[in-house]
Amino acid sequence: MSNASPDRDGGARERLQRWLPKLVLSPSCVLVLFFVYGFIAWTSYISFSDSGMMPDYTWVGLHQWSRLWTSWTWGIALHNIWVFGLLYIVSCIVLGLVLAILLDQRIRAEGVLRTIYLYPMALSFIVTGTAWQWFLNPGLGLEKTMHDLGWQSFSFNWLIDSNMAIYTVVIAAVWQATGFVMAMFLAGLRGIDGEMIKAAQIDGAPAWKIYARIIIPQLRPVFMSAVVVLAHLAIKSFDLIVAMTGGGPGNATAVPATFMYSYAFSRNEMGIAAASAVFMLAVIAALIIPYLYSELREPRS
Amino acid sequence: MSAASPTVRQGAATRAILYAILLVFAVIYLLPLYVMLTTSFKTLDEIHQGNMLALPGEWTFAPWREAWGSACIGLECEGVHGYFFNSIKIVIPAVLISGLLGAFNGYVLTKWKFRGHKIVFGLILFSCFIPFQIILLPMARMLGILHLANSTWGLVLVHIVYGIGFTTLFFRNFYASFPDELVRAAQLDGAGFFVIFFRILLPASIPIIVVTIIWQFTNVWNDFLFGVSFASGDSAPITVALNNLVNSSTGVKAYNVNMAAAMVAAVPTLIVYILAGKYFLRGLMSGSVKG
Repeated sequence: MSNASPDRDGGARERLQRWLPKLVLSPSCVLVLFFVYGFIAWTSYISFSDSGMMPDYTWVGLHQWSRLWTSWTWGIALHNIWVFGLLYIVSCIVLGLVLAILLDQRIRAEGVLRTIYLYPMALSFIVTGTAWQWFLNPGLGLEKTMHDLGWQSFSFNWLIDSNMAIYTVVIAAVWQATGFVMAMFLAGLRGIDGEMIKAAQIDGAPAWKIYARIIIPQLRPVFMSAVVVLAHLAIKSFDLIVAMTGGGPGNATAVPATFMYSYAFSRNEMGIAAASAVFMLAVIAALIIPYLYSELREPRS
Repeated sequence: MSAASPTVRQGAATRAILYAILLVFAVIYLLPLYVMLTTSFKTLDEIHQGNMLALPGEWTFAPWREAWGSACIGLECEGVHGYFFNSIKIVIPAVLISGLLGAFNGYVLTKWKFRGHKIVFGLILFSCFIPFQIILLPMARMLGILHLANSTWGLVLVHIVYGIGFTTLFFRNFYASFPDELVRAAQLDGAGFFVIFFRILLPASIPIIVVTIIWQFTNVWNDFLFGVSFASGDSAPITVALNNLVNSSTGVKAYNVNMAAAMVAAVPTLIVYILAGKYFLRGLMSGSVKG
């Protein structure tokens, strides 16, 4: 810096300081605008175009959408995601809440148990899928083990049964995520104000009644978060299904995510793939945007 | 311990039942991992004849050696070790760069607020939640144009771009509770943008740095969708290699080798979880609830 013109130097420096924050933020903004919002726009356009193996920007209106909606596999995929999503969300929340309440009873070794319940969340879905595929293997897994233990009539071949295969995915997915939901509820339980509970205890209310009337209603924000997070995980579920069933037997465990992938990369039907992706985004956006809005609207104290 | 827990007086029988239930759940949660581990140390004969739940009659490390160095994935029979190192090559730059960008973003969005900073944050944050199917097609083309298709660097770029949302969220929430007074005092002393960041905020950021690194590490390591979409063949990450190994339908299924390979894929994130579970949980929680 020169001593000759301190004013002009100071001015330039100040201007730089004023622009620096925006300058530092801008690479991320450019990346997100291009790779997220630009790509969303591109995929959306493709869903109205004639694209097959290569992008073809000819506008064909709702042609791809009507092909999507009349597709038999897409019908199965939608049905599966409903069944899977509903069972997954409800089971995770019920089990997670029960485990959290049980763990909240001044349990010795709580830390160890919590660690055990939560570790599946650190695993890749591919590892989980591999493990459960083996565990539920009709020939060598659980079924054989039960037979060896003397329960000859035990039968568990859901993995290769078209009607039941989706439920094996639910089991593995619930196993993976329950610990996380439990941790959310446990944090919620620890944050509850004890005054009302003490008052109810003095009145002689039984424990179950205190839970049903006072504690669980106060956990409503946790229920909200859990439903949003789980629904979002369910709609995005791809890895676990690929690893466990590969979408099979046949198309029996196809979900929108596997449908999109196979139309995009194996069947070379870009238009339909794009339409299915836009549909997934729309569902998630309808779920996430109100949630984010309510979370960001005002700073919680 | 909870002050709210409404169970002050419980009989010994109730306590016993309570512990029994919790223990049963612990066994259920550990069982798949136990089966995976024991299977990986058994011979194929023993797998076909013995009990899944039994410990190996004779311990063998052959499945691990095969999984690591000689199992066939596609046409090549060199095990998963190359893919394991691919994952490492992807994880390290992706975590560092997305973490650094997130730290800067969080700093700007809380300490250098400008008009529209909430909208910018909202737009960045929403990118955490999009189903990535929406970007698969254009990203595949873009990586082709950039000559990054089927390379680990391509996956690095992908993971940076779609990691920014979470890293920004973590640092923004952390810096939001960092006292503005300290920043303002430093400004009055003439400290500039970077000096304040590196001298004042960063030294106080160790916990959130750990959370961010663990979160990003776990996410990138466990990724399958990007890997299978953008990196086939030699540049595939470990998850893709594992899936190819397990679900390729050629020959006799070597379950013990599959389980050993699955353990290889699982060990890095498991170690991180065991060493730093507290931070892992914090990442999960701030990914779901405003921190």
